[in-house]
This record gives sequence, C-alpha cells and structure tokens, in this order.
Amino acid sequence: MKKLINRQPGTVGRWAYGLLPFVLIAIVYTMASGARLADNPNDKLLPAAATMVDSMTRMAFEPSRRTGDLLLWADTLASLERLGIGVGLAALTGLIVGIANGTIPLVRAGLSPVITGISLVPPMAILPILFIAFGLEQLAKIMLIFIGITPFLIRDLQQRTMEIPEEQIIKMQTLGANTWQIILRLVLPQIMPRLISAVRLSLGSAWLFLIAAEAIAATEGLGYRIFLVRRYLSMDVILPYVLWITLLAFLIDFALNRYSRWRYPWFHDRNQ
Amino acid sequence: MATIELKNLWKEYGQEVVLERLNARVEAGEFVTIVGASGCGKTTFLKMLLGTESPSRGELLLDGKPIPAEPDETRGIVFQRYSVLPHLTAERNVMLAGELAANRFLGHAFGEQRRVLKEAARAMLEDVGLGHALDKYPHELSGGMQQRLALAQALIKKPRILLLDEPFGALDPGIRKDMHALVLKLWKEQQLTVFMITHDLDEGFYLGTRLWVFDKDRLDLQAPGAYGARITYDLPVGKDDRGTLDDIASRVDTTARALG
Ligand SMILES: Nc1ncnc2c1ncn2[C@@H]1O[C@H](COP(=O)(O)OP(=O)(O)O)[C@@H](O)[C@H]1O
Ligand SMILES: [Mg+2]
Repeated sequence: MKKLINRQPGTVGRWAYGLLPFVLIAIVYTMASGARLADNPNDKLLPAAATMVDSMTRMAFEPSRRTGDLLLWADTLASLERLGIGVGLAALTGLIVGIANGTIPLVRAGLSPVITGISLVPPMAILPILFIAFGLEQLAKIMLIFIGITPFLIRDLQQRTMEIPEEQIIKMQTLGANTWQIILRLVLPQIMPRLISAVRLSLGSAWLFLIAAEAIAATEGLGYRIFLVRRYLSMDVILPYVLWITLLAFLIDFALNRYSRWRYPWFHDRNQ
Repeated sequence: MATIELKNLWKEYGQEVVLERLNARVEAGEFVTIVGASGCGKTTFLKMLLGTESPSRGELLLDGKPIPAEPDETRGIVFQRYSVLPHLTAERNVMLAGELAANRFLGHAFGEQRRVLKEAARAMLEDVGLGHALDKYPHELSGGMQQRLALAQALIKKPRILLLDEPFGALDPGIRKDMHALVLKLWKEQQLTVFMITHDLDEGFYLGTRLWVFDKDRLDLQAPGAYGARITYDLPVGKDDRGTLDDIASRVDTTARALG
C-alpha cells in the first residue's frame, strides 16, 4: 500500500470525489428542509426543492404582472451589462496604465503614488458620492465596479510588466526597437494573459460591488431582486438566485481560463 | 570598420572597484574570448560595451567616439538565458528584427515584405540547424536549441559587434562543442567582431583570435573590493602552451577563492 500522499484518484474517482460534497450538501438540505416543513408547512426558511423550481419557473417564463418582463432574464441581462461594462473599462484602464507605469520610469514616478493612495480608499465608502455625482442609474453602479477593481488591476499589471526580464528589453533594443515598438511587440503580448488572470481574480470583488450597488438603488438586476424579495422572506427565490449568480460567475471564469489557454499556449504550457 | 579602444577604463560601484586601468585596442573582425574568476567584472565590461553601464573613469571608444550609452542595433547580444522572446515561435523570433525595421510604428510587416522576411528567417534557422522547429515556441526547445535560436535572432540583424555572456555555460559538453563550431562559422561568414565570456578556460584557448584574462593583480584579502580586475593576459590564440594555461588557471583560482 502506497503512502497516502502518493495515492492519486483515477478519472472516475476524481469526478466521484469532486461531486460527493455537492451531493452531501443537497442531501443535508433536503433532510433539514423536510424536517422543518413537517413541523410547520408554512415555514419559509428552508423551502422544498419543488417550491424553488416553481418560483423560478414563474420568474423565468411568466411575464411579470407589474412590468410585463420575464424577471429572471431581465435581471440577468441588467446585471451582466453593468458587470461587463465596469470590468471591461477597468481592464482596459488597467492594461494601459499598468503597462505605461511598468515600462516608462517617468510615468511611474508621476502616477504610482497617487494610484497607491486611491487603492487604499474603501470603494463602498464613496458609493454615496457616486450616487450623488452620477445619479441612481447605470453610471453609478458601473463606476463603483470600475473604481473598486481598477487600482488592483493597475498595480498587478505594473508589477507583471516590471517582471519582464531585463534581458528581453535589452534584446529588443539590440534588434532596433524603439520604446513604442517594445511596448507593442514585447510588453503587450506578454501582459495579455496576465491581464486575463488578474481580471479573473478581480471578478469576485466586481460581483460584490455590483450586488451592493444594486441592493441600494436599482429597478432591476440580480442583486436588486434578492434584496427586494428579502422583505417577504422569499427564500424560494433568494436561494435559486444565489445559485444562479454562482453559476454565472463560474461560467465567466471558466470561459476566460479556456480562452487564455487557447490564445496564449506559450504562457500556460511554460508555467506547468 | 569597428575599432574598439579602451583607454584607462575604470568601473567602480561606490567604494568597490570592479575594473581598473583597462587599456586595449580591438580591430574589426577579431574574436576576443574573456575568462576570469566569477565576480571579477566580466559581465560588467560587457555591459559597458552594450551601453547599459557607463565607465566611471576613462574612455570606451567605438570608431574613436564614446560608445552609445544605450543598447542599439550595432551591438547584438546573447545572454546565458532569457535571450529569446517566449511569446513568439522560432520563426517569428528571427523575423522580429526585420519586422521592427519594416514599420517603425506597428513593428509588423505585411504582404511581399513579410514573405521576404519569412524566407530569410527560414534560411537563417536552417543555417543554425533549426529548420525543423520553425513553429515551436522557445519553451518547447532544449537549452541548446534556444541558444541557437538566440544566435540566429541576433545575427540576422547583422550587428557589427556580437557580445556573448557565457552563452553555452548551461549546456552539456557535447552540445557546447557543436555550438562553438557554429559560432566560429557565423563569425567567419559575417565578419563580426566578437566578445565572448566563458568560464571554461580551455574554451578560450582554441576559440577565436585573442584571449583576455580578467584578474586582480593586486588583491587585498581583507578587502577584495579595494582593487579592481585588469587584463592580466592578452594572448593571441594558437600561440599558447600548456604551461601558460596552467599558470593562468592557478592564478584565476586564487582570485576566485578570495572573491567567493
Ligand atoms: N549594479 C551593481 N551595483 C553594485 N555592484 C555591482 C553591480 N553589478 C555588478 N556589481 C559587482 O561587480 C562585480 C562584478 O560582477 P560581474 O561583472 O557580474 O562579474 P562576472 O561577470 O565576472 O562574474 C561583483 O562583485 C558585483 O557584486
Ligand atoms: Mg557574469
């Protein structure tokens, strides 16, 4: 018998071990929910699976009586739009400023201190300012995501840029490259896969800022819905919504990872 | 033609003297091999030739003028590692110099121009024995192949001076022999001026035209940084004998122990 640290699960075993905790959670939930409902059929805290499926079918396929929308899809679209624009703008800014800071000492000297300063401001603390400045509509929520994750992206990409071996920068110069060409042909392509991993890391915070902003002021969105139905203790909506958000977050992360591996094989294979 | 002159050249970092009173003249087309104890300033000297370090006293002249204080296309270089760009395939690594010259803004070439560059890159890769690895990324190549690629990449730019800092130090002895033959071939074909650092003394004795030994001829064991290294031997290659080699080896060893 091999030592425990040297024993590897096979393919089937890997899936089975991976799924086991999920199955256990589902079983424990079903038992707990069943016990509470047996006590009090009107209990709202742990709704039965069938109730949740009912509620979600209503949210997804029956137009709302008030607005006529299919609420689940309207909420999803609204949230993803905010998240996409916010994260997209942050990524673009992080890329440009991070590379400029990392490659050009004169820019770094001017910008680095102020970015460090801004990154220390808790974004949630300035949410009221954003609502006052940008109104209660889209812009304030996008700005919160943007302000929340851009400093991290800039600092991370600046660091990655500065980690490019000096040898390669010298090499480019001996091949006749000017500063702009060094950025375009050496720094940018090497930073792109690192931008993707930085964005993946910052998506958790982005969701946090999105849901917080939607909870406070919105008329649609996944975060708005959860906080709205909380008033009626509608766990049958809240729990599936949380699962849905988790699934969306997983899919986005998965897609970014796959894209990066396909587009930048030299980056991922080298790190193995 | 490229003539390099060292006139009372010094390099100091604060209190530490790394190199002192270097005087020499190197004509175009010479192949200078540099040996010396590790830490005695060989790389520092190469960096001065490259332009990333500047002399603290004296002059380093290229064709009578101070050598440019930043790297440019007159001086090609191959480092021990990290010389090629990991995000480009072998072929794209070799095409790079041409692409950069083709379009100063984009650094890319298109159409006919691109086809010509591709052709030239393939011929060059064929020449260094990498004709079968055009589409491979550097991480897919062995150490020896990466250094061949680095040579091809540097030489397609036709630099007048080629700087090599222990380029084969990490390779197996057998592969090292092949690489020497390759470097000598390219040196003759392109009429380069070569400066090559090696930590293998034997290597310096049959490679190129001239052997320099960097060593501290004054050595204060309490303060190894008090005096810098100088060129203690400047020998034409081929006219040496075993006795000189052993003599140099033992002196370099003494310095190495003091520095290490
Ligand atoms: N940027 C630097 N600042 C201070 N000291 C340095 C610097 N670069 C090199 N040195 C010192 O110069 C000496 C020679 O280094 P180097 O030229 O790398 O030696 P070699 O290549 O012969 O092994 C070493 O003692 C090293 O500590
Ligand atoms: Mg060295």
